[in-house]
Amino acid sequence: MSEIITVNLKIWRQEGPEKSGYFENYTQKITTEASFLEMIDLLNEDLNNQGLEPISIESDCREGICGTCGVMINGQAHGPRKATTTCQLHMREFSDGDEIVIEPFRAISFPVIRDLVVDRSPFDQIIESGGYISVNTGAASDANLIPVPKEAADQAFDAAACIGCGACVAACPNSAAQLFTSAKLAHMASLPQGQPERWKRTEMMVGTMEEFFGSCTNHGECHEACPKEINLDFIAFMNRDYMKAKVKNRALSGQR
Amino acid sequence: METKNKAVLDSRVPKGSLEDKWENHKFSMNLVNPNNKRKFDVIVVGTGLAGASAAASLGELGYKVKAFTFHDSPRRAHSIAAQGGINAAKNYKNDGDSVYRLFYDTIKGGDYRSREANVHRLAEVSTNIIDQATAQGVPFAREYGGLLDNRSFGGAQVSRTFYARGQTGQQLLLGAYSAMMRQVAAGSVELHTRAELLDVVTKDGQACGIVTRDLLSGEVIPHSAHAVVLATGGYGNVYFLSTNAMMSNVTAAWRAHRRGAFFANPCYTQIHPTCIPASDDFQSKLTLMSESLRNDGRIWVPEAFDDSRPAHEIPENERDYYLENRYPAFGNLVPRDVASRNAKNVVDQGHGVGPLKNGVYLDFSAAVERDGQDAISAKYGNLFDMYESITGENPYEVPMRIYPAIHYTMGGVWVDYNLMTTIPGLYAIGEANFSDHGANRLGASALMQGLADGYFVLPYTIGDGLADQLGNPAVSTDDPVFTNAVSAIEDETAKWLSINGTRSVDYFHRELGRLVWDHIGMSRNKEGLEKAVSEIRALKEEFYSDVRVLGSADTLNLSLEKAGRVSDFFELAELMAHDALEREESCGGHFREEHQTPEGEAQRDDDNFAHVAAWEWNGKDSLQTRHVEKLDFENVTLTQRSYK
Ligand SMILES: Cc1cc2nc3c(=O)[nH]c(=O)nc-3n(C[C@H](O)[C@H](O)[C@H](O)COP(=O)(O)OP(=O)(O)OC[C@H]3O[C@@H](n4cnc5c(N)ncnc54)[C@H](O)[C@@H]3O)c2cc1C
Ligand code: SF4
Ligand code: FES
Repeated sequence: MSEIITVNLKIWRQEGPEKSGYFENYTQKITTEASFLEMIDLLNEDLNNQGLEPISIESDCREGICGTCGVMINGQAHGPRKATTTCQLHMREFSDGDEIVIEPFRAISFPVIRDLVVDRSPFDQIIESGGYISVNTGAASDANLIPVPKEAADQAFDAAACIGCGACVAACPNSAAQLFTSAKLAHMASLPQGQPERWKRTEMMVGTMEEFFGSCTNHGECHEACPKEINLDFIAFMNRDYMKAKVKNRALSGQR
Repeated sequence: METKNKAVLDSRVPKGSLEDKWENHKFSMNLVNPNNKRKFDVIVVGTGLAGASAAASLGELGYKVKAFTFHDSPRRAHSIAAQGGINAAKNYKNDGDSVYRLFYDTIKGGDYRSREANVHRLAEVSTNIIDQATAQGVPFAREYGGLLDNRSFGGAQVSRTFYARGQTGQQLLLGAYSAMMRQVAAGSVELHTRAELLDVVTKDGQACGIVTRDLLSGEVIPHSAHAVVLATGGYGNVYFLSTNAMMSNVTAAWRAHRRGAFFANPCYTQIHPTCIPASDDFQSKLTLMSESLRNDGRIWVPEAFDDSRPAHEIPENERDYYLENRYPAFGNLVPRDVASRNAKNVVDQGHGVGPLKNGVYLDFSAAVERDGQDAISAKYGNLFDMYESITGENPYEVPMRIYPAIHYTMGGVWVDYNLMTTIPGLYAIGEANFSDHGANRLGASALMQGLADGYFVLPYTIGDGLADQLGNPAVSTDDPVFTNAVSAIEDETAKWLSINGTRSVDYFHRELGRLVWDHIGMSRNKEGLEKAVSEIRALKEEFYSDVRVLGSADTLNLSLEKAGRVSDFFELAELMAHDALEREESCGGHFREEHQTPEGEAQRDDDNFAHVAAWEWNGKDSLQTRHVEKLDFENVTLTQRSYK
């Protein structure tokens, strides 16, 4: 049942991308029914009332699906609860008197914009480089013309469940984006519709990923942090496809 | 208030039989030839389902598109949160579905307050959407044979809803987003993220561009184009607590309204019957449990008043399955407004459940017994997990608690058959317009409408308006219409920072939301609505003099962004009250207590209100003018809805 607890917060403040940041301490009383972000809402309300600038922190859906929220909570991306985004975390995970350290997602390719807000736009650039199936509006045939085995559709869905939050990058000691990139690649490569561009897509997206992000040394921290539990196997899948794409001239594969 | 029936509201519905109108119209519209398309700049504001699909399709056609979103990425749009599914008249289940049936269900579900021609077109193109999305790689649910699966949804007796687990909106949006990103790569779409539209610019009565604020640098920037498309979503957050994402707002639509775009049926708001009840006072939003749950969950309350026994201790014969009892034909699948009002009634009468007695049960025990836990978890697993993570209760063991919450807004910017607003050159698509759902939207039809507008309607109809402009350059952003608009926005931003009152923007938003929920919520009456008008005004005055927005205008400043949005909500809320007052009938989501049947069902007045009310802005301190677009029903007979 619900109770009122007091938590000691250590929150990263940084006025802008070029400014240096620092930790500021706050205490907040809160019921355990509240969500983590509602706790910050209350703190911000108090700060505003005292004439102090509220902490910049982003969220939108507050249902764990849009990928907007995301901070490091006691060193863990999205906090202590498995398979849970920051917005879905509730204060019942914490106890009276706990210290909670809150920092932005940290990665070289995710520069801090202000306080807890970072720039994750390189993810969009990875998608732009090939994360699509080229079909113009109106050019599609009847959806049931191409049956897709249920298992393939389910695997595609498991991969497509990625919300683009960036926790995988933030959790990785190398700031690698393998989990995110491989999820999109596996989504499309699992489906018949994704085959024609499979090899080119893999080369392009991996290439763009490597421009922005560090390289993967198989720590697996990404999977631990991922709120959608995206499978590490997708990374192996991507690596295999990347090798194949590089070795063979896959552009001619339809003729063999 | 003055009601006018001016010829300004020309719906431009094409002639011909219902089935032929869209075909005929496509044939008779002006075309822009492929080589000329690149001479036209088109601005698309909003990159949710409607905006992303439109930007992608327009880019593919060869238009020079500029797309804007205030999110950091198009993939964050509120559409991502849609759970249940998308309708299409595919009739894959061979259960008697057809374009006509989808049309008929939508008109009836909307309580006969939508335009026949638009709705029929929506039903016609619905099937293409499924084809398009599947080709893009949207992983819809499939049967073991590899073909697409369907389920049924509230308000329909056929299975026509396509779905991707409980994340249909996410998967459809990722499809539209990737199609748009492909055009970004091709150079036909220029994407502007973290850019908020704060004004629509017109010259000689024609839309010629927009003004945005860069949310990172604070810079106010003019953009010109030959046509502007608003795809900026609905206004449910006027209630503060709703199932909408925190950032959803009315600003783009409202600023267009202030520039002359009529705003239609603002009082038509939808309450969703299956949300998790609020648990405390500083609740920041409400979470929807997909309506698809009503396929397998049974809704009930204890028959006794104020019964505090846990659900499993209440024997079968002391439970009231009120929907199944009152509406035997549709049972738990009655349309949303009917389900919501019934829930409110039983809770108001003292049958509510949960710690705050503010919910009803949605019980899966019969379904689990019938189909097994695995089958239920395959269908709804992620929804059950979500429920548990929010409430700490396991719905396989104890029934869910649900209560209605604001979910969708049928009202919006008035558009004609071409989806053009009353400002030539300005279009509105998706939830931002008022078009297809009448007074009530059926489940799984918003995704359908947003994508119909974006993929299959606007890309054709926009050419009709552009063809005349061939050879005209876009208005220069040095033109005074732009420079004046830019300085007005700069002044507005400076004003928020200078008030320096005592209370936060959120405080005012929450208070406003309470007023709107109490008086313009699930049921309305004259006295309450009049009270709402005066209380909204008083609170608005307080807001303008007592709000405290800290920080500066030239960095990311979330309170500053919200201040502008909340001020637009104030103006909208007042209009909602006027609209609800003038509509002296009950229809769909608009329930006037004065107008109900002896059984407590909504009582329409077709003789006097079978029309769209579209409001014209007359300046900040004047009342708005109510215009009327009469709705002609040539193909369906208006009947009192009955789901008994
Ligand atoms: C929880 C939930 C579940 C739902 N489930 C279903 C379902 O199962 N089936 C169904 O059919 N419907 C469902 N709906 C409804 C449906 O999701 C929405 O109606 C639909 O997605 C709206 O799409 P849209 O493209 O019109 O707007 P949105 O997706 O809201 O997109 C709006 C866009 O406009 C941008 N924007 C807004 N204002 C500005 C501005 N001033 N400047 C710049 N950019 C701006 C935003 O950044 C965003 O990109 C659900 C809704 C909710 C709340
Ligand atoms: S893979 Fe997981 S952690 Fe990474 S962006 Fe996707 S959802 Fe977030
Ligand atoms: S706010 Fe959308 S995932 Fe957290």
